[in-house]
Amino acid sequence: MSIENVMATVDAASRRRAGVMAALVVIVVLLFLASLGIGPVQLSPLTVVDALFGGGSDVQQVIVREIRLPRAILGFAIGAMLGLSGAALQGLLRNPLASPSLFGAPQSAAFGAVLIIALGLADVRSYALPGAAIVAAFVSVFVLLAIAGRNAGLLILILAGLAISSLAGAATALVMNLSSNPFAVLEIAFWLLGSLEDRSFRHVMLALPFITAGAVILLSQRDAFRVLSLGEEAAQSLGVDVSRLRLLVISGVALGVGGAVAVSGTIGFIGLVAPHLMRPLIGHDPARLLIPSALAGSALLLSADIAVRIIPSTSDIKVGVLTSIIGVPFFLYLIQRERRALAGGVA
Amino acid sequence: MTVSAFLTARGLGVTLGGRAVLNDVSFALSLGHLVALVGPNGAGKTTLLRALAGLVPSAGSIDVGGDALSALALRERARRFAYLPQGHIVHWPLPARDIVALGRYPHGATDPARLPPRDAEAVLRAMQLADVMEFSARRITELSGGERSRVALARVFAVEAPVILADEPTASLDPRHQIDVMKTLRHAADNGALVMVVTHDLGLAARFADTILVLSDGRLVSQGSPLEALSEQIMGDVFRISAYRAEFQREAVIVPWAEI
Repeated sequence: MSIENVMATVDAASRRRAGVMAALVVIVVLLFLASLGIGPVQLSPLTVVDALFGGGSDVQQVIVREIRLPRAILGFAIGAMLGLSGAALQGLLRNPLASPSLFGAPQSAAFGAVLIIALGLADVRSYALPGAAIVAAFVSVFVLLAIAGRNAGLLILILAGLAISSLAGAATALVMNLSSNPFAVLEIAFWLLGSLEDRSFRHVMLALPFITAGAVILLSQRDAFRVLSLGEEAAQSLGVDVSRLRLLVISGVALGVGGAVAVSGTIGFIGLVAPHLMRPLIGHDPARLLIPSALAGSALLLSADIAVRIIPSTSDIKVGVLTSIIGVPFFLYLIQRERRALAGGVA
Repeated sequence: MTVSAFLTARGLGVTLGGRAVLNDVSFALSLGHLVALVGPNGAGKTTLLRALAGLVPSAGSIDVGGDALSALALRERARRFAYLPQGHIVHWPLPARDIVALGRYPHGATDPARLPPRDAEAVLRAMQLADVMEFSARRITELSGGERSRVALARVFAVEAPVILADEPTASLDPRHQIDVMKTLRHAADNGALVMVVTHDLGLAARFADTILVLSDGRLVSQGSPLEALSEQIMGDVFRISAYRAEFQREAVIVPWAEI
């Protein structure tokens, strides 16, 4: 193959990736507008845009700007963070089954937040909530990676993740069990299901700084993920400080997932699904997958959050329930596909 | 042996999990040489390479190109030592060219799709040297074991480091590809690099290496030209075998023959 041919294939691949990115951006923007338009009062896209920029009736403005806009922003940001976290963890561990929810990070973050609420240390709108969620998420991912050790196979990661999410679930149940206020318990139980309903700009302000910080940390390590494709030893020999990278990824995931869980409860499986949807389109390069996975995560969560408003039911379906109902069969499919690697105990 | 050594180790020792894996190893090696590191299983060959690459903490001192290894920043160290671990692992099915381009990471070129001209040329030279141009765009998972090992070599060459450390680069390859890999490494040495190769194949070591270092129980027990370093005495004491020894086409021939 000549040099020109090599460069031509490189260019063709770059163009295809650019096309996919553009399509993703368009899809996310459309879903964002749809999220502003769909609900008990249906608004056309034009009305939405009009109301967004101060036109339309007062009622329309309140619906779009104060009720639905925070929800859409959270759907976009939390979905993006979950997709990004999944892609980053998969890059760090060189493992297509890695994701925050399989590692028990959201469950642990939820425990941290629930503990704060149950102890009456803070109300649900204080920064103590994301603070506790972030600390709990950090501890859970740190412990998981410490247990699994370097070069861990799929099986160890999944077993350790199962143990940690079970422990976090049990600890949450214990807190609710011991709580003396039945109304608080009910509130916590509903919140745990994961939802973006009735969120205000106060919630956006609560989550967004942490999500942004987490995303910046994860994106800053993108090149290291690519080098890590060669394994930890080779990456270290090429100048990647692997221990530092691990700590940064754990911090980034904890900040993002902790911030997200503090306002939305646990929303699972977006981090697992988003990178998988992108691999056939973008390729397997873990650095290139980060932003497309974030956009895919946004698209998935915005769609799920629109779907729960459209699906006819007697009471509202929580978006966290929907993502799990779709995500778990997908996870089973992935297990079936990775069966050989799992049986062999190697990744 | 050397007028000006590029890589010097003095009293090198490595302790892993409380056990001394390397003990008081000293040598001085110069550029343009292919050095084979041989010894029985568990002798500390891989540990020695890892210590040189700075992957495990070591006692004693290592000097490379006039600088103490311990004083070099991670990136600078990565520019002086190109390390090829065992097994040629690549965790994702990336195109061969992207893998080779990772060799430019220590030079600050991080995106294979947007390499600065200087780095793109280095990648091209490396791919030509390792003869992988023809499957440049193919994914690593679609290549045979022999082709994969050549891509791994190209990645190592792309660093354009003065020292190349290769851990069993010929393991699990057929004889033709073993010779192919050793010839390619020999070529890199002839172009001025110091190439250190860990191998169990004494025949390949004897034929291609200028210098052989023999490790046994973490100690350097013999070093020199192939026929000197792998003397009958060493073959008996260290490997506990006898060997057929000869010369063919002015190269040393050593064929392990019987256990003793």
